[in-house]
Amino acid sequence: MAEENRSSTTPMAEHSSGGDRPDRGERRPPRPAGPGGGREGGRKYFRRKKVCKFCVEKIEAINYKDVRLLAQFVAESGKIVPRRLTGVCTPHQRRLSTAIKQARNIALLPFAGRAS
Amino acid sequence: MDRTYELMFIVRPDMVEEDQDKLISTLESAVTSSGGKVKSVEKMGKRRLAYMVRRFHDGMYILLTVEGGGGLIHELERRLRVSEPVIKFLTVRIDEEQKRLDKIKAIKESRRKVAAAPTETGGESTAVTA
Repeated sequence: MAEENRSSTTPMAEHSSGGDRPDRGERRPPRPAGPGGGREGGRKYFRRKKVCKFCVEKIEAINYKDVRLLAQFVAESGKIVPRRLTGVCTPHQRRLSTAIKQARNIALLPFAGRAS
Repeated sequence: MDRTYELMFIVRPDMVEEDQDKLISTLESAVTSSGGKVKSVEKMGKRRLAYMVRRFHDGMYILLTVEGGGGLIHELERRLRVSEPVIKFLTVRIDEEQKRLDKIKAIKESRRKVAAAPTETGGESTAVTA
């Protein structure tokens, strides 16, 4: 049963890898990343590589006063958006979360819910 | 003590301008009397609060940048806590962050100078080969 599954998925995987990354060849089928990544017979997902906004735009200072910047990384519910969704690198996410928490303490950002 | 702090505090929105100035001047005198230095005072104006604080939806934000030691900050925070119109305050130490930023800036500057020199020589060498 398992073998049958594997044999049916590999041609698809090889095909997609050949299309996406020709340099990798067909030795390594790509890992199924995220929801429905490598589903059999499913649509192909073109997932753009996420990049850290702070590294790309060379923003060095992450300040708690910069509400506009911080608000981009806060969900509607007031939560800090995780790194895996925003693509921010670890050192920047660390400083970002500190800044967001400071901004919350001085009522620039909400703890929960939308800013009233 | 040469630490730099940022004191941000919110006063109630119905506070008169004169009272704000009075409050700020008392804080300033407290800073100077304990050997600190006021670097800047900035009134950021009226802003909508992200959540309700003491039944207020708006507040006047005031930012105070101060140089001094921990004892001074302790005294300032005590004053802010007892002064009635102040509804919220936050103290952040900024000198270390500033030092880091200056370092990054210096590195960038030096890199730019280094990068500028080789590109010139590189241009010459390509010109020679061409």
